[in-house]
Amino acid sequence: MKKQTRIALRNCGNINPESITDNEEKGGYEALRKVLTEMTPEEVIEEIKKSGLAGRGGAGFPTWFKWNAARSSKEDPKYLICNADEGDPGAFMDRAIIEGDPHSLIEGMLIGAYAIGASEAVVYVRAEYPLAIIRLNKAISQAEEKGYLGKNLFGTNFSCHIRIKAGAGAFVCGEETALIESLEGQRGMPRLKPPFPAAKGYWQKPSNINNVETFANVAWIILNGGEAFSAMGTQDSKGTKVFALTGKINKGGLVEIPMGKTLREVIYDIGGGIKENKRFKAVQMGGPSGGCIPEDYLDTVIDYKKLSQTGAIMGSGGMVVMDETNCMVDMARFFLDFTAKESCGKCIHCRIGTKRMLEILNRIVDGKGRDGDIELLEEMCYSIKDGSLCGLGQTAPNPVLTTIKYFRNEYEAHIYQRKCPAKQCKLLITYRIDEERCIGCRVCARNCPVNAISGNLKEVHVIDSELCTKCGKCMEVCRFKAVVCE
Amino acid sequence: MKCSHETIDLAKLDEVLDRYANVAGSLITILQHTQEIYGYLPVEAMYRISERTGIKPAKILGVATFYTQFRFKPVGKYLIMICQGTACHVNGSSEIYDALVEELNIVDGETTEDGLFTIKNVACLGCCSLSPVMMINEETYGSLTPEKAKKIIRMLKEQNI
Repeated sequence: MKKQTRIALRNCGNINPESITDNEEKGGYEALRKVLTEMTPEEVIEEIKKSGLAGRGGAGFPTWFKWNAARSSKEDPKYLICNADEGDPGAFMDRAIIEGDPHSLIEGMLIGAYAIGASEAVVYVRAEYPLAIIRLNKAISQAEEKGYLGKNLFGTNFSCHIRIKAGAGAFVCGEETALIESLEGQRGMPRLKPPFPAAKGYWQKPSNINNVETFANVAWIILNGGEAFSAMGTQDSKGTKVFALTGKINKGGLVEIPMGKTLREVIYDIGGGIKENKRFKAVQMGGPSGGCIPEDYLDTVIDYKKLSQTGAIMGSGGMVVMDETNCMVDMARFFLDFTAKESCGKCIHCRIGTKRMLEILNRIVDGKGRDGDIELLEEMCYSIKDGSLCGLGQTAPNPVLTTIKYFRNEYEAHIYQRKCPAKQCKLLITYRIDEERCIGCRVCARNCPVNAISGNLKEVHVIDSELCTKCGKCMEVCRFKAVVCE
Repeated sequence: MKCSHETIDLAKLDEVLDRYANVAGSLITILQHTQEIYGYLPVEAMYRISERTGIKPAKILGVATFYTQFRFKPVGKYLIMICQGTACHVNGSSEIYDALVEELNIVDGETTEDGLFTIKNVACLGCCSLSPVMMINEETYGSLTPEKAKKIIRMLKEQNI
């Protein structure tokens, strides 16, 4: 907890999320009262502008700009949408906010709705988060009972209703126009932009879409002032950001820190370093749209621009730490497998390109890589970036590009030496028993699930590589370090 | 797409349709309720949705097949969702999957002959701190090892003898 600065997560874990009075005691709905009774929508947008708050879902677009664009659209009605379709594997901050402090989300959304002039708001929640849906539903009813949500709030003529729409499992629906298609009951395939949602969005009406974490910052900014928020962070990135620190890390979990800290501080000072004292290899940021940042760049400052310069992105805040036993080619394959499955199929480059890249990566990890594969992958990366309509396709090559950029030697070892330096790719490793060390205790033979190890008691054992499934069990159970993987 | 054919009771679906058939943009919500009722999306149900909403059957199937949540075959009593998110992957989720395949003799998407278990690989379940993770129905099991995962399955098997 130390070294953290909690704004979006200010109440998570400190209050009972199912109690509206707990939230009120922490100042809940005070910002809404202030906004509705003392401020004009323009003043609200100005305060958010001063704060420098940018979209926390990944793109980092200035929030005030989106609000202002939706406010300026002349058509009625207008819609406010909260994107809670947290699809990035390895990120769970939105889930934590909705499950831990749903009222702060509702309050932030109402302030946003007032600013843009919307009287209807929708939260699009991932279907995989049933508890979040239950808690949010409960919070909405409580807020309605207390008069914070509904008609003529705080005696003004501002009215707003919020409803929940459960997603149905499609990563691409995190893209705002795909999300709108899904809200309308269609296949979640992105629309051509422009027109942007601020002009023609949900039901072709002006719509504003922000992420959960973005909304969770809003009430704090109103109560403490935009300057207090912008006082934290760097020149380009203001305030705090929540990260989901996971993988091979000693103390994982959600951490909220001011922008401007280095990756090293987060991983070592807050996360307590790498599990089992292994060697750090890379940190994956931004999920399937992001990239792997190697050790040499651990002093990179957390800031939208600085992270982009490494080839990764801030993204929604997933930070998956990897050690020396994680293969970078396999990591790239893992993400391509994900994006190839999740591509909606609208753009040919994304639909077929990711599939072809996945085939190449599969053959590399299977030890059948060919001379020229690395260059072919790079060429395809740029074509897919250029030929895709939405963020999914435009960023899908990032995991491949960054791993080639920083770990080209691992690709080369797979292709030219048929070796996996991390000893993870099963078809490229073999297990054997070191004759010097083996005392013939039969422990490995007894534990082998496929009976691939032979040898009598007190004699050196042998692994039959034809039968061996490379599960690594023998290595794990041998107390004499006699099993070698190479 | 091959779908299961069996006679089903449409009365419950009609209640859902009474509420949503004329609300624009409700197709996904209707399909979600349908799956809650029957455990999957039966063909007859999709035709009934078409009749009542006026949406063409091809379009309904198009929407249903787009989203991973929807199934076209009944699932087992225990739906095992193995998380294949990044953190779980890094911490060995593929070994958990291999262990379950070995224990149950079925692969991703299949159901055991006795109708007890269905295995499904899913994207992030959002419990990355507990990785590797699987969910069986509503229950989450974290910090798994292949052995631990097999043990949980054996326990459930015993409960159903």
